[in-house]
Amino acid sequence: MSLDLAIVWALILAFVILAYVVMDGFDLGIGILFPTLEVGPERDRAMNAIAPVWDGNETWLVLGGGALLAAFPLAYSIILPATYPLMIAMLLGLLFRGVAFEFRWRDPLQRKYWDAAFALGSLVAAFSQGITVGTILQGIRVVNGAYAGGWLDWLSPFTVLTGVSVVLGYALLGSTWLIWKTDGAGQVHARRLAMKLAIGTVVAMAAVSVATPYLHYDYWRRWFSMPNVLFTAQVPLLVLVTSAIFVWSLRRGAERLPFLMTLALFVLNFVGLSISVFPYLVPRAVTIWDAAAPASSQRFMLAGVSVIMPVIIAYTGWAYWVFRGKAGTHGYH
Amino acid sequence: MMLDALHLARAQFAFTMSFHFLFPAFSIGLASYLMVLEGLWLKTSNSLYLDLFKYWLKIFAVVFGMGVVSGIVISYQFGTNWSAYSNRAGPIIGPLMAYEVLTAFFLEAGFLGVMLFGMSKVGKGLHFFATCMVALGTLISATWIISVNSWMQTPAGFSVAANGQFVPSGSWWPIIFTASFPYRLAHTVIAAYLTTAFTVGGVGAWHLLEDKTNLQARKMFSMAMWMAALVAPVQILAGDQHGLNTLEHQPVKVLAMEGDFEASPDGAPLVLFGFPSEKDATVHDRIAIPHLGSLILRHDAHAPLPGLTDYRRDRWPPVAVVFWSFRIMVGLGMLMLSLGLWSLLARARKRLYDWRLLHRAAVLMGPAGFAAVIAGWVTTEVGRQPYTVYGQLLTADSLSPLAAPAVGTSLVMFVLVYFTVFGAGAAYIVRMMGRLPTGEELEPPHIPQHAAGITPASAIDLPPAGVS
Repeated sequence: MSLDLAIVWALILAFVILAYVVMDGFDLGIGILFPTLEVGPERDRAMNAIAPVWDGNETWLVLGGGALLAAFPLAYSIILPATYPLMIAMLLGLLFRGVAFEFRWRDPLQRKYWDAAFALGSLVAAFSQGITVGTILQGIRVVNGAYAGGWLDWLSPFTVLTGVSVVLGYALLGSTWLIWKTDGAGQVHARRLAMKLAIGTVVAMAAVSVATPYLHYDYWRRWFSMPNVLFTAQVPLLVLVTSAIFVWSLRRGAERLPFLMTLALFVLNFVGLSISVFPYLVPRAVTIWDAAAPASSQRFMLAGVSVIMPVIIAYTGWAYWVFRGKAGTHGYH
Repeated sequence: MMLDALHLARAQFAFTMSFHFLFPAFSIGLASYLMVLEGLWLKTSNSLYLDLFKYWLKIFAVVFGMGVVSGIVISYQFGTNWSAYSNRAGPIIGPLMAYEVLTAFFLEAGFLGVMLFGMSKVGKGLHFFATCMVALGTLISATWIISVNSWMQTPAGFSVAANGQFVPSGSWWPIIFTASFPYRLAHTVIAAYLTTAFTVGGVGAWHLLEDKTNLQARKMFSMAMWMAALVAPVQILAGDQHGLNTLEHQPVKVLAMEGDFEASPDGAPLVLFGFPSEKDATVHDRIAIPHLGSLILRHDAHAPLPGLTDYRRDRWPPVAVVFWSFRIMVGLGMLMLSLGLWSLLARARKRLYDWRLLHRAAVLMGPAGFAAVIAGWVTTEVGRQPYTVYGQLLTADSLSPLAAPAVGTSLVMFVLVYFTVFGAGAAYIVRMMGRLPTGEELEPPHIPQHAAGITPASAIDLPPAGVS
């Protein structure tokens, strides 16, 4: 019975992480792109396109950490020390960009500094998250159920590559969100950015995909042994189809489809990642069953999640709906 | 003091947590205050309340933002610095914190956007509903996190599994509602309300000194002083009850607060002042009132009390820290009560709005709530030492397998960033508070963020707030 619960919780955790990535991804992406936006209305509109929702988006990150701690405490207690400097950098990055939402309106003379803090904070947070994904893929040294490596073990060419990929991917999400939420010159600018970023993202994704099977033979077997390959080959195929629709929709001047196709790319990426990692939380060291909290803890939370999560999704959807349409240049500031 | 990873990690937690606590201590009270203001506006149609609502809403947005970002740091710090604790206590505290995120953080975040930016988009009733949900969210959040903290102080309902993890031994009720939980929750939430009341009162008083006819300043000062007069006594009572509860469950903490090193078989004195020395196991230069300690703690002047020396020395908390922080908290509490009583006198004499000395005192007491909250938190948390889970898990056994340079570097980073960022935030808040509240608040939540659902013409020519 506890076996089922561990899988249920792995699925919930996967959902939470994915929800975080697709929601906070676009507002981090707008932060990354901020320096390329023109000072004045273009920046103000970009900010207003995310101001009412960023806090809710970031809450999924808190839930991700909380759910990992609650459902798989062993994995939480291994992954966080293993990625210590990354986590600190991410937190400080999120801190700078989070306060910039309010601070930049408070003093026009200091606005350029908070805009810089917003951009740099977003970039650092995205890069740290990307490196963390790479760190988990490449493996973490575990002895006796605790992290047993140094504080810079996470650094490698592979993890830098995953870091760059996530930065590009988030920036792509941000540019396509701007296509949706703005018009005029700002939207034209966002379209130009989106095409370049899409090429960069797909190239980076391909590089990560090629490199991953070489990290460990286990990954190779998962992807290329028969009959697995019949299933796994669908992932790159769907990436191709999605990319084609993306390019077509961007050329055609569609406003929403580019964002939705970028989301689809992220989902496919996530599926690919899961194929490589499942059922491990820390590859080849800790499985979801090793790390699972006792059934009573997982069951207690499951009751809450199944009741509350639909309500959260409902009012989050409502909040997005209230602020539907194009963003304006004025805040309440 | 040795600068090993343990002490650095403790310093980091104390630093980041103290900073973080300032924001919810303010935003819990402010969210409720905003709810009251908007409710009064809807009920009376008096635009004075709407002016105050808009004035404090902008300040709330900044405070809330800082609370969110400093809170994310805390939620991940359990894992980065205290991974052994996280692994062992995760099955108990993890679900409680997950419930906090699910029932509180999403609620606050989901409705915050509408509260800040949505007044012109959703109609008055729905906007008020959003404000209420944000206020409710802050209170639900406080409830869960106090539940977690109380379990760490007075753990119950658990057993220890073979792998060393604390696991629920049966029902979750005894875990959520531990012995100290109701007292701690009441004391903390009232503290947040008082913190807000004194801040609002201080700002109101500041503007009354400048212009005693300003209606908005009068209203906020009067509301704040009612809170001070009515709630400060309640808080002292709640604190007393919390103290009795602590004596029952964590006697060593109370003995350190009181500075009682020696057992007092015939009733303990109340130490007003002195310099506690753990080395000499005594309070130097002590000024004490005989028997009053027992009278307060046991409600009987001759009731015996143990002393710290009755307990293992390596299980004492740092006595001087707890002793002093407790005195700071109590001293500030008494000052708050005095100001509240003074305001009642001023009201009776019809001098509430022109007694300049009262206004000066209120300005001076503006930040008192923050200082008291931090002092109280230091008392209870340092008083829990040397344990993270009281009596069960030593702080020394809770640490991550990290090298001191890693923790030291991150500590330095946090100190630099927090002082820069939150220093700037505090400066902005003080500047906003320095602006005289007028009837012509800059149109805040009304100017639409987005044009959807509103014709371009109406977006430009929006009726002013309060006109319907």
